Amino acid sequence: MQVEAMHIANGIVNGPVSAIFAVFAALALSFCVWRARADLDDRLAPMAGLVSAFIFAVQMLNFQVLPGVSGHLLGGTLAVVLVGPWVGTLCVSTVLIIQCLLFADGGLTAIGLNITNMAILGTAAGYLLVAALMRVLPRTPAGLGTTTFIASVIGVVVASQGFVLEYWLGGTTQLSIPLIAGTMAGSHLLIGIGEGLIAATTVATVARVRPDLVYAMRRFRKPPVAEPATTTTPTAV
Amino acid sequence: MSKRLGWFLAGGLLVALLLAGVASNFASGSPDGLDAAARQGCTFGADGEITGGTCMLQREQGHQLAGGPLAGYRIKGIHNDFLATGLSGVLGVLITFAVGGGVFWLARRRTPGKP
Repeated sequence: MQVEAMHIANGIVNGPVSAIFAVFAALALSFCVWRARADLDDRLAPMAGLVSAFIFAVQMLNFQVLPGVSGHLLGGTLAVVLVGPWVGTLCVSTVLIIQCLLFADGGLTAIGLNITNMAILGTAAGYLLVAALMRVLPRTPAGLGTTTFIASVIGVVVASQGFVLEYWLGGTTQLSIPLIAGTMAGSHLLIGIGEGLIAATTVATVARVRPDLVYAMRRFRKPPVAEPATTTTPTAV
Repeated sequence: MSKRLGWFLAGGLLVALLLAGVASNFASGSPDGLDAAARQGCTFGADGEITGGTCMLQREQGHQLAGGPLAGYRIKGIHNDFLATGLSGVLGVLITFAVGGGVFWLARRRTPGKP
């Protein structure tokens, strides 16, 4: 079975709106690079490479959600849970840029649109939900899996509505926006459930094997736990 | 980087390689949620060409890099579908790990006192 193109192609959204979102994506990713540096240490950096590679692999695995309609993981929430929001956004962006440049998937002109929806909006929604749910759900593999499932479903639907916003601003046909919004939300609710199951299984497995490698198990703590004294001296950055 | 982390990374990478290299051939060939929405409103002929109606897909333009050696998740010149898809997936995983891991490693916060 052939893996087909799966991201927004060239020409679907007009040039000016594509350009605006390219600028927005570039600014947002620059901010993420700045925030990510505080998180990236000797343990998180290789983990972020693995998360990127894993998301690339799982995006190839389209699963059927309706007759004639399939879906694949986007990966934002999975990345947030494993490597945090800032590095996670950069992981999904890395995958999208490689898919665009090497696999001709997702138009070069549309790269800002795809990054905005899947790497920024979907990941941000997933992050907000994970941060909220980690305060109420138990810090166990099962609790983390449940958190990941719920956040993934919402994150995917939010990402799909990012496309609707872009198409409303710069769509190249006169098709009904509410119809597109409904179609996208419906199919992506089902895709989100599939993504949620994959992401929850993945993070619960990692949390069982190496809980210390799961960003969400180290952060988002209920009571702020006192950091052990470190030998690190504050240095000018 | 500790030895234990190395083993974890190797295991994770192996899973990703198997998913992209083997499982990808059993993925659904139906259009994904976005593609299906883009096709809504048009009718299609036997070869997948648009025969009528109005849909988002009509305005799609070709990809600037469609002639690349890995374009469309297939390796150019390999005619066996299973191999073309599987090997492109394996290469994609390795390239993503190398590029992502390399950039994140270079950008990481160095522990003071350690080179």
